[in-house]
Amino acid sequence: MFELFFFIMLLLLGFIIGKSKERKHYRSIGIREETFLGKPAITARVPSSENIAHADLAIGSVVVSIDYFKRFLSSWRMIFGGELKAYSPLLDRGKREALLRMKESVPGADEYINCRMETSTISSGKGKAMGTVEVIAYSTAITYADGATQPGQATLEQLAAPEEPPRVPGLDG
Amino acid sequence: MILTNIETIPGETIQEHYGLVQGSTIRAKHFGRDLMAGFKNIVGGELKGYTELLQESRNQALERMCRQAEELGANAVINVRIATSSVAAGAAEILAYGTAVRV
Repeated sequence: MFELFFFIMLLLLGFIIGKSKERKHYRSIGIREETFLGKPAITARVPSSENIAHADLAIGSVVVSIDYFKRFLSSWRMIFGGELKAYSPLLDRGKREALLRMKESVPGADEYINCRMETSTISSGKGKAMGTVEVIAYSTAITYADGATQPGQATLEQLAAPEEPPRVPGLDG
Repeated sequence: MILTNIETIPGETIQEHYGLVQGSTIRAKHFGRDLMAGFKNIVGGELKGYTELLQESRNQALERMCRQAEELGANAVINVRIATSSVAAGAAEILAYGTAVRV
């Protein structure tokens, strides 16, 4: 009896807190994505201009896990097969967060080329292999020489070109 | 040390190739973190302890790769790739590899 109560408590806890955390995370992703609207991450290997100041490796990663309720739902799905819809927000969050962190690791860059993403499972050691995933995104961050800013020279460049929107050096949520 | 994950370094000309360099590290998570992660698994969301752990190990792997490149006399590594694999329950291997070049 106690075990059943405990199980239902876990399900409820997972459902309520998991849902609110997910909503909060999506809101934060939305806000941060807006600040990087003009700086695309693309899979092309050739930068779109020849006038390049410098190139850096940008890396971002995140480890995200699914809540108890969704894990329970998907264990049902495992019996009948089909798409695991409960997992798609998890991976979507992971990928968008990793991409954002990649961009935030080199905030002054103008373009992120040859962007690659990788997902790996972090096993929980209890047979629920697909509960926790790590997402890595990495790319070459290109800073253009005209109108672009290096982290140290941001203020000088902005003084010279006031029509440029100010760049925020370190964004953390 | 300049790192890129494309075949060239934009804006520079490659003078010399030194071949493949790589760095790897295998890390285990510690018990306290594992316990906390167990609690976090109930409500879902980001596991900050693991994110940090993997970030640290990736930096170490990249550093080892850079050191190997420096020993060869290179000043840049192109075509960098990063791979993660779990070798045992609770331990992960991070591998970084690339081509050492001089520009």
